[in-house]
Formats: sequence, C-alpha cells, structure tokens
Amino acid sequence: MVDPIKVYPSKPSKVYFYGTCLVDMFYPDAGIAGVELLEREGIEVLFPHNQTCCGQPAYTSGYHDEARSVARAQLDLFPEDWPIVVPSGSCGGMMRKHYPDLFKDTTEEVKAAEIAGRVWELTDFLLNVCHVKLEDLGEPTTVAMHTSCSARREMGVAEVGPKLLGQLKNVNLVEQARPEECCGFGGTFAVRHPEISGAMVSEKVDTLVDAGAKHFVTTDCGCLMNIDGYAEKNQKPVRGEHILSFLWARTRGEGNRGDGKKGGQES
Amino acid sequence: MTETAERTDHHIDVKEFHPRVHAAIHNPKIRKNFRSAMDGLMSKRRNAFEGWDLETLRDLGANIRLKALANLPDLLEQLEQKLTENGVKVHWAVDGDEACRIVRDICKARNAKTVIKGKSMVSEEMELNHYLEGEGIEALESDLGEYIVQLADETPSHIIMPAIHKNTGEISELMHEKTGTDLSNDVEYLTASARQQLREKFMNADVGVSGVNFAVAETGTLCLVENEGNGRMTTTVPKCHIAVTGIEKVVPSMEDVSALLALLTRSATGQHITTYFNMISGPRKAEELDGPEEVHLVLVDNGRSSIYQDDELLDTLRCIRCGACMNHCPVYTRVGGHAYGTTYPGPIGKILMPHLIGLDEGRHLPSASSLCGACGEVCPVKIPIPDLLVRLRQESVDGDKLHPAKVRGHGAKRSSMEAMIWKGWAWMHASPGIYRFGTGVASKFRALQPSKAGAWTDYRTAPKLAAKTLHQRMKERGQ
Repeated sequence: MVDPIKVYPSKPSKVYFYGTCLVDMFYPDAGIAGVELLEREGIEVLFPHNQTCCGQPAYTSGYHDEARSVARAQLDLFPEDWPIVVPSGSCGGMMRKHYPDLFKDTTEEVKAAEIAGRVWELTDFLLNVCHVKLEDLGEPTTVAMHTSCSARREMGVAEVGPKLLGQLKNVNLVEQARPEECCGFGGTFAVRHPEISGAMVSEKVDTLVDAGAKHFVTTDCGCLMNIDGYAEKNQKPVRGEHILSFLWARTRGEGNRGDGKKGGQES
Repeated sequence: MTETAERTDHHIDVKEFHPRVHAAIHNPKIRKNFRSAMDGLMSKRRNAFEGWDLETLRDLGANIRLKALANLPDLLEQLEQKLTENGVKVHWAVDGDEACRIVRDICKARNAKTVIKGKSMVSEEMELNHYLEGEGIEALESDLGEYIVQLADETPSHIIMPAIHKNTGEISELMHEKTGTDLSNDVEYLTASARQQLREKFMNADVGVSGVNFAVAETGTLCLVENEGNGRMTTTVPKCHIAVTGIEKVVPSMEDVSALLALLTRSATGQHITTYFNMISGPRKAEELDGPEEVHLVLVDNGRSSIYQDDELLDTLRCIRCGACMNHCPVYTRVGGHAYGTTYPGPIGKILMPHLIGLDEGRHLPSASSLCGACGEVCPVKIPIPDLLVRLRQESVDGDKLHPAKVRGHGAKRSSMEAMIWKGWAWMHASPGIYRFGTGVASKFRALQPSKAGAWTDYRTAPKLAAKTLHQRMKERGQ
C-alpha cells in the first residue's frame, strides 16, 4: 500500500541503457543524448541489442498474456547487477512498478522484482545518482517543462526536470497553468477516446502558449508526440523536444542548439 | 414485469458512451461549468490540507478502511445488534430492487404518501424516487443540488455536488419555469426560494429518507455529513426515518470516524468541517421532545459482496465518497458527470459501476482513462484506482490466462481482430531479431510512411520515423 522508498545507489561504473521503442523508432537523438550525458559522467553505457519494448501498450490495454510474453523477453537483458536507466518515466514505471505485478505467481517473479528494483528514470539518475553539474553554453532562451504523469506519479521525479533546467544559467523556465494535469496521451487512450484526448491536449498546448514558452521539454516521448504533434498540426507557436536532447544540446559546446528553433521531430 | 419494464425505460444505455462524450465535448457550457468548478474544488482541497501531514493522514484513512473491510462480516453483525438495542430496525437488501421494496413496505405500513429525502447516492443507485413514484408515493429531494436535479428531471452529475453541471443562470431559469420564482442571478434569493418551498414539505412529509456516511458498529451510530441542515430536518422532523446505505460503510468505532471525517470534508469540498454533522443513535426516547418515532436502516449489497470476494477488487470498497477523484480527473473535467451514463461518474464510477451493472454493460468505462494517476494521488483512503482500471481492462478482454476474469460480464470487449493485432505485436516484440529487422526496414522506407494514422491524426501530425533507429545508431558507435 505504501510506495517503496526510493534508495539511490552510489554512482556505478556501468549502467544498462534501456532505450524504449518510441525512442528507438521516433526519437533516437534523445537516446543518444542520454548516452552522451551518462558517458560524460564517466559511466560506461551497456546497450543490450535484444531489447524491444517494455510491454506497456498491451498491459494497459488489458492484454496481459501478450504483455507478459514481451516483458519476459526483456528480463534476460540485464544479467549483471548494474542499474538500468530508461529515458522515459512511462516505460520506467512499467518496469519498476508493474513488472512485479505482471510476473506475480510465475517462475520469473523473483527475477522481475529484482530487475524492477534496478530501474531508474534517466534524468533522476543524472541528478540524484550522478549528481550532475551542467554548464550552460547556449543562448538565452525560455522553456516550459511537461513532466509526464508516470514520471511524476509512478517514478516520483516531478522535481528533477525543473532542478536540472535550473542549473542552466541562460534558460528561463516558465510554468504553465496546471502543470500536473495529463496531456491526454495515455497510450491507446488517445485512439480509443480521441475526442477526450484531443480536448486534453488542446488545453495543454494553450497553457504552454499562454505561459509564454515557444519551446517545451518533456521526460516522455508519448507526451512529446502528442503535444508537439497537436501544436504542429494546429500551427500553434510552441514546439517540443525530449529533455535529454535539450540538456545535451545546451551543454555539449559545439554547434549547440537548444534554442527552440528545432521542433521535436528529428532527422 | 411491469416494474421491470418501467425501470428499463428509465435506464440510460451505458454502452452509448461515445455519443454522450461527443455531445459533452462540443458543449461549451458543460466544458466551462466543469472546468471552473473543478479548478475551484482542487484549489480548495489544496488549501484545506495546508500544514497537514497529508500522506500520514491518508495512510491512517486507508488503514481504518482496510481494517473495517477485513472484519466486515463481524462488524455488520455487531452494527445490527447495537442498532437493534438502540431501537433501530435493520433490514438487508440484496439489490436495489429489494431495497426499494423494503422502503415501500415501511411507507405503506405507515400509510405514508410523501417522502422527504436527504442526499443519498445509494438511493440514486436504487432509483428510489422513480420506484416510489410508481407506487403512488411522492419523494422530494431536499438537498439543494438534488432538488435542482429533480426539478430538471435529471440525475446527479457529481456525487457531492449533484447540480454542478448547471450555472446560476441555468438554475434560475429552471426554478422560474418549474416553481415560478423570479429570474435572478442572486444565489441568496434562489436558495431562499427553494428553502421556503422545502420547509412546507418537511412539515408535512410522512417519512424522511437519508443516506449514511459512516455506520459505527461499536455504538450503533449512523453518521451523516451535510451542509444545509436538510439532513437534520429529514432525519428528525418526519415521524419515520429510513436510512439507506451500502454494506461497506461500517467502521469499528467512533475513534475511526474522526480521521475519516477530517479526510472526507477536506477532500470533498475543502472544508475543515461541514456545517452539520449528525450522529443518529435511535428513535425518540420517552423523555425526548423531538425526533422520529421509528428509525430504520436498510443495508444494501447490490454487488458489493461479490467485490468483497476478490483481494484486489476489494480496495474499491474503501471509498468514502468524497468525490476528490472526479474533481481531479482530466477526463471527468472535460466530459462532465452525465456522459458516463452511470450513477457514480468519474474514476470511482469507472471502478465501481462495472460490478453494479456488469462489465458488458460498462465495457467502455475502464478504458476511458489516460491512467494519469491523479485520482489515486488524491484519494483520501489510497484506493489504487489506476491499477484497478487496468485490472478491469484485463477482465473486459479476458486478457490474462494466469488470472482468469471473474467480474460479471467479463470478456465483452474482446474482439478477435484486436486480439489478433496484439498477438502479432507480441510475436514481433518478443523476437528481438524480427523486431530489429522490422524497425530497420520501417526506418529505411520511412518516406512511404502514411501521413494519416486513424484517430491520432484527427488532432495531431503523425509521429515521423527517424532515418536510423537507436539500435542502428548504437551499433555504429560500436556499443
């Protein structure tokens, strides 16, 4: 009933990187940015090539047999006891919070629980395990932050994004109205209940625009493709990017962008 | 048979969820009324808990409810015994229909023609007003919100604030049309008019019907939380008082009430305490000057004992009906309470109603959530609402061979087409080589990606495939 208390490990020499299927296919730049940020902290990044998807889409749709078969294929990817970092609160939440439930009463129960305990959302890991100090090399800019619901409520990292952005001296972080309200993505919810989801995302975009942000960053690719996709289709003056892409671009020195000129979609 | 036909006639088809959503989403009045009301309620709740150790209090609330549910059969027996000792007659109803018949029989025995009602969601669940009307007994709502809803021949759109879907102007027009009050935006005037009309009814009503917030087993006390004094009038002025409640409302002792009450009023309306808190312990005693001659309690099951059989679903019964989950729900805020078509709307409705009406009838309810978790975060008794929604989604498609579905009407949403899609999806994602090949090919031919993707692109552009997958990029980096 009580959420398990989060105990951060000491900074390891290696981590497993679990990229997630959305980053893999649509936002690989965000994944690479995450890898670069970890490597800059002196951490060796291990990328198990047999990774696919955490199984969440089937899980939240009620198809638990299918979710379990996909999740099972991920359980063998992390044989050593290194932390598993995930550039997503949503997929991280699936692995950390729901794998133990999904594998309850199966032979993988213990393994799934052990893996769940090693899963960290990447920005949380950077801030609270690596104690990263970011040096901002970018031009002055204004951004808003959208923390995904799963990052906020399942992974408990609502404070992390604003703290990381707060380290960037040329970044003015503005807060939109109702920052904690869902953007309306919700996985298959967006297509099962398109009108409700559409109403939610339109209000989310309005609050971002009203806050004076031309640029927003987010922890999750689902929210990103929802909010950014709505803004693009409806020609709203705000565009988004994964927070890892933004942080890397602001701090890597050469040819950095993070100036809001580039939209969320990557080449 | 006539009875059944009448009731079916009155029923809303819960399955017709999408048309109601469509109407609500495109109704600017609904959107505005709910948005502003919910914004207000959220901020009131936040302020009310300022300076409180809310997490500890929620843990306490959850523990009290869990303990009560763990001992539910014993507590109910104790409650019945104590109430009987106190002179309260206890009745048990297996469903809403039986509960209605019990109320009717009590009324008929007293030759009662008019019933005045305090707010009770269980009586809404029973459709008591409609039933009594068919039996020639007039039932009048005395809670202002319920009174408005009854005038409009509607159902409550919120469990705490039944008429929250209407603004002052709409209420004024309704009262003008139905009761002849002047058109006015003066809330004081409108309230006073309603009060005047209700006063007369109170004095003449034969029976008062109320709900119960907490039934205390140790002392046999029925606690009733309210703001308008109508609850006190309903339970003291008529010669007969009938309380109706779900079997889950029992708590062990008075001590448990204080924590739950502190959570309930703050979570519901942001009040530190309501204007009235009634503790009813029996009919008028010989030396007392007022109070009813007869007090009855109808304990309604209506699907609750089947929820009780399952360790996970059991958490549904912790609910103390504060409505905070709907106040914080981004879906409820957009569509309002009537769109759900169920007695209890919003997140609690989505996890409770499938047990009351069957998962076949309520098949769209569990999926109408982005699983954002706001409801679970504010629930004063920590009901894991999102987890229960996922459980019901699984039940509605029979999606887990390890944990066979058991809720009545399970499997109604399963379509062979969708099941096949998930099977194919699982096959691809459980086979890393096929996954890498498939995603690699998709990236390579991304120019062929269609710009339309079903309902997604009605509102957004389609997400664009990257030129190379992360797998390919990591391989190029030698990682």
